[in-house]
Amino acid sequence: MSTTLSPPRSAAASTAEQRGAIITFEDVAIEFEEKMVLDGVSFDLKQGETKCLLGIAGAGKTTILKLVLGLIKPDRGRITVLGEDVSAMPEEELFDLRRRIGMVFQESALFDSLTVEENVAFRLMEESNLPEEEIHRRVVEVLRFVELEHTLSKVPSELSGGMRRRVAIARAMVSEPEILLYDSPTGGLDPITSTTIIELIVKQRDVYKTSSLMVSHRLQDGFMMASHYFDTAANEMRPLALASRTDVHTTFLVLRDGKVIFDGTLAELAASRDEYIREYIA
Amino acid sequence: MELISPSELAKEKLHAVQEYSLLAGRSVGNLFGHPRYLADTLQQADIIGVGSLSIVVLTGFFTGAVLALQTSSTLQQFGSLSLTGQVVSLSMVRELGPVLTGLMVAGRNASGMASELGSMMVTEQIDAMRALGTDPTKKLVTPRVVAAVVMLFFLTIISDLVGVGGGFMVATLVLNLDANQYWTMAYQSLAFKDVLMGLTKPVFFGFIIATVGCYYGLSARGGTQGVGRATTQAVVASSVLILATNFFVTKLLIAWIT
Repeated sequence: MSTTLSPPRSAAASTAEQRGAIITFEDVAIEFEEKMVLDGVSFDLKQGETKCLLGIAGAGKTTILKLVLGLIKPDRGRITVLGEDVSAMPEEELFDLRRRIGMVFQESALFDSLTVEENVAFRLMEESNLPEEEIHRRVVEVLRFVELEHTLSKVPSELSGGMRRRVAIARAMVSEPEILLYDSPTGGLDPITSTTIIELIVKQRDVYKTSSLMVSHRLQDGFMMASHYFDTAANEMRPLALASRTDVHTTFLVLRDGKVIFDGTLAELAASRDEYIREYIA
Repeated sequence: MELISPSELAKEKLHAVQEYSLLAGRSVGNLFGHPRYLADTLQQADIIGVGSLSIVVLTGFFTGAVLALQTSSTLQQFGSLSLTGQVVSLSMVRELGPVLTGLMVAGRNASGMASELGSMMVTEQIDAMRALGTDPTKKLVTPRVVAAVVMLFFLTIISDLVGVGGGFMVATLVLNLDANQYWTMAYQSLAFKDVLMGLTKPVFFGFIIATVGCYYGLSARGGTQGVGRATTQAVVASSVLILATNFFVTKLLIAWIT
């Protein structure tokens, strides 16, 4: 008689799932060149939640995203993503998990020798046996979502910074990932383009309801996300009414010197009496 | 300039050797797993093989020609000018063909691989590839290794042939040797062991060129300056490794064949 054995799941992973968390950091620490970048970081990201990671440059925000993907390993602590302990997984096994996560890099990180269509289709062409017509259809659909369906045959160098960022968002969401990670999606962009990008992220959040972590050093990005919703009928982002009971499931995490100094909602952030936070949001 | 202690330096070098060995091992191990990137391998074969053809032909031709010129004066002293064909063909097939082709391809392609992968590394494209669930060693390294090994093998054959042709031009046009005599000497002096030795070496050299080029590319840090440094290091390391490996492979093959 043969029996099928499922892989052992850690107690931490089970506890995280019981809390409804799809990403859990427990006492995570990492140092680079003898500098402590993260020191005892713990937090949860719940299903359907969008969490804005705020902090000054060098606070360890991008490091958190890379740790989620297993691109780097922590020196201490445990990271559970979609029920898997990524801090203990070998690189070979991480590839399967990464296919369930989308990442938008700070400088877009588009493949410069490939066209926009090839960039967006990259994951579909790598992992599936989908026919070319189906891949093309899905690429056009997702590029239409970011309003760039006319750029299929262009290469990244022919696009503006904002357009590259939108293509990167399209590439991250083409395979309908369970988690989206945004690394400073508005970094280096002008205010109008930044608003367009935030509108896209809000649209993604409210239409597909994908759980996401967004790193930003621009406080207004987080505030805009927490105070706006996407009106699908009007196809635009609108501010939440003051008396609105709509929950946009957006929370904030503030980092300082590698430690979490705040984890909560916009209202709690605004009401914080912490001196550093008051100065940061002022 | 920051001074590093000898023990730290030794650790760094040892770590580099370990990383290189792991990458080289994975590049071979990937051949036995999925996915296999045939289109990428063919594209690399075109870049490495067809792209290097002109420099390999020129190098081979002039090496064979100058070999005939240089040896003719010595051979003439012993009244053995008729052996020019033998000297050229043996030297080209056993040593100069594989080594010079290896060095030329290293100069052209190890640098190309290091700069391409280095640029991808510093612009986070390699991280993006990993984040998209694709193993860069499977997608980028293994196709380059396969293409370099296969194409260097054929480029060496072409270089040998063109080199003997270069020697022929000098022998007939400058030294006034009989064409038939040159080709007969060149052909008859070659034994199986010479061809085996000459065609075993490019397999090692191709592997060195691709793995060293990819290793330095994937280790590039620190922006454009880092990419430039990786490119230079790739050419230097692959050239030195080719020359050192050539000695040991020759020694082993001589002991094994004879």
